Amino acid sequence: MTVSLGHFLAVGAILFAISVVGIFLNRKNLIVLLMAIELMLLAVNMNFVAFSHFLGDMHGQVFVFFILTVAAAESAIGLAILVLLFRNKSSISVEELNTLKG
Amino acid sequence: MSTTLSASTLLAVPLAPLLGSAIAGILGTTFGGNVIGRRASHTFTILGVLVAFILSAMTLKSVAVDGARFNETIYTWMVVGGLKMEIGFLVDGLTAMMMVVVTFVSLMVHLYTIGYMEEDDGYNRFFAYISLFTFSMLMLVMSNNLLQLFFGWEAVGLVSYLLIGFWFNKPTAIFANMKAFLVNRVGDFGFILGIGLIVAYAGTMNYTEVFAKAPELGTLGFPGTDWMLITVICICLFIGAMGKSAQFPLHVWLPDSMEGPTPISALIHAATMVTAGIFMVARMSPLFELSDTALNFILVIGAITALFMGFLGIIQNDIKRVVAYSTLSQLGYMTVALGASAYSVAVFHLMTHAFFKALLFLAAGSVIMGLHHNQDIRWMGGVRKYMPITWITSLLGTLALIGTPLFSGFYSKDSIIEAVHFSNLPAAGFAHFAVLAGVFVTSFYSFRLYFLVFHGKERYDQNPDAHHGHHDDHGDHHDDHGHGHGDGKPHESPWVVTVPLLLLAIPSVVIGFITIQPMLFGDFFKDAITINTAAHPAMVKFGEMFHGPLAMATHALSTAPLYLALAGAVCAWYMYLINPAVPAAIARALRPLIVVLENKYYLDWFNENVLARGARALGVGLWKGGDRGVIEGGVVNASWKLVGVVSSVVRRAQTGYLYHYALMMIVGVLLFMTYFVWLAK
Repeated sequence: MTVSLGHFLAVGAILFAISVVGIFLNRKNLIVLLMAIELMLLAVNMNFVAFSHFLGDMHGQVFVFFILTVAAAESAIGLAILVLLFRNKSSISVEELNTLKG
Repeated sequence: MSTTLSASTLLAVPLAPLLGSAIAGILGTTFGGNVIGRRASHTFTILGVLVAFILSAMTLKSVAVDGARFNETIYTWMVVGGLKMEIGFLVDGLTAMMMVVVTFVSLMVHLYTIGYMEEDDGYNRFFAYISLFTFSMLMLVMSNNLLQLFFGWEAVGLVSYLLIGFWFNKPTAIFANMKAFLVNRVGDFGFILGIGLIVAYAGTMNYTEVFAKAPELGTLGFPGTDWMLITVICICLFIGAMGKSAQFPLHVWLPDSMEGPTPISALIHAATMVTAGIFMVARMSPLFELSDTALNFILVIGAITALFMGFLGIIQNDIKRVVAYSTLSQLGYMTVALGASAYSVAVFHLMTHAFFKALLFLAAGSVIMGLHHNQDIRWMGGVRKYMPITWITSLLGTLALIGTPLFSGFYSKDSIIEAVHFSNLPAAGFAHFAVLAGVFVTSFYSFRLYFLVFHGKERYDQNPDAHHGHHDDHGDHHDDHGHGHGDGKPHESPWVVTVPLLLLAIPSVVIGFITIQPMLFGDFFKDAITINTAAHPAMVKFGEMFHGPLAMATHALSTAPLYLALAGAVCAWYMYLINPAVPAAIARALRPLIVVLENKYYLDWFNENVLARGARALGVGLWKGGDRGVIEGGVVNASWKLVGVVSSVVRRAQTGYLYHYALMMIVGVLLFMTYFVWLAK
């Protein structure tokens, strides 16, 4: 059996799903949340590259660069926020971040 | 001589008393700073009313002798959607007669008040009020449209309220003035409905235009019922007259109105305000002639009032109350005449009654003054020795009231009895019986009053409630009258009191004889009053048997009323002068009947306990149940409680956890995508 576009898309979807689950099933660690976000972005990258390869269009792979850039910037800022958060609350447990509770 | 009157003369008639009232009321009271004193107040107001009287007399001469008429609009207040609201005057025989009666009685009362209210602190205020009343009544009678009539109607009701409660520190006076105003309001409700119907179907309030449309209105039915429109209109208008002219059952305010000073009892509650209802029905005669049902209703109500109020007059001990019930009974007579389509007779009786009833009230006031503010006739007696002028004028007034031939009351009362006799309406039989029986009753209570006050043993020193007990009744009031007598004997009143009595006694005696022919059978009211002689032939038949005032007087010897009146006088003479034990014996024998009479047929009890208490209970119920329960509890409170309940549920979605929010965002995106990719093809 040849590996076709569908397989790649499925891998991307599985990665995405794992990261979404990782966001809301996570109660202990904020860093895991950031990792999950990165993984989400990566899953989307996978999709783009797969389409680019199978449709023979370079635009997909170019867009991946954009996404990588944004992901990098965003993880830098996320980690900065995390450090500040730790300074203020002395904890990075997600369970304790509920002061916006209504 | 011109056949039109001058607008400025007519305008001066109501405005002169208004000016006098404004001067006395503003400058003479603390409102304007007490700038002028008593002499200036009474001078300006009397001058105002005197001017009004002279101009009214001149107008009457122009109208009666020269045939002048006036029907114009003086001022258009506003025009709302085609409905004109104007001030205008309609001066014909009816108006001119009313103007003269009102201004003359008012002038007499103004003069009398100088003596009667001499020691009262509210002297200037009183003069302002009675002049204001004169203005209001003149606006009412001179009006040429229903709006101005209603303005005058309400204004006289207001001034009546102010005057009944003149001694406002007295709780009974306040009770009486509220009662008068509220009962009047009930009548006004009907009146407004009547005016509203006229405006709705005729589109105008001007008398001439309404009367022009009257025949076509007479054919319409009241929508949604079997009733004729004109019947509903006339009954509604008459309900207004019932309130103002104190017909049963809206009569309850008039005896209580005796709480006010005697001059106003004479002016308002005998001669002028209470006659406004009679005047209005006579003025609206083109409408009333179209509805037999309304005329029957008027006959019944008038007959009930005439007879049953007379009965109440028999057992009263307060001198003013006897005259008040007499007024109620005589108003019933006028109403009965209206019902028999004898409008000119009703208005004629209005005129003669104004004179002799005002005379009787003012004489009663003179007696009250002479006996040091005692009003109870059980403690009077033998007053004729001390107050000769009051005695003679009272006798003349009483003879006029009972219908002694040649006196004015005879001509007007017997005309009513004859007119009702000739009326062909179903209710006329009962009405005729009532007015005839009323003659005996009237004579009985009138002579009872006369004998107990002026003849017999002198009982004024046996009064248990001595003079000092009446102090708080009259506001601030000096102890003795300052007349310098300490012996307690009655004394004649000063000339300012007796001159009006004499001046009123003159028309009480002669005016009937002089004016019956032109007023009832001549052209005096020809364009003011409309009678459908085919349907209501009473006046025509009466006219056929009328051969002049002298002939009418001699004819009276062969008819019942004279003998009934004589019988009443003889009974009163026997029971109160010859054998005073008889009234007590009769009272013991007829105890239950006397109890009913003393309780005024339980109408006051009904009004106070059923209607007033019911209205208050309704108010409390609506307050607690409606306002607090439904509006505050059910709407206002429920709305915020509902918001609270809903928000406490919705609040649970705000967990504060960031990842919950992120999850919701993702789920939302998923749903959108599902929709756009699959379902929105």
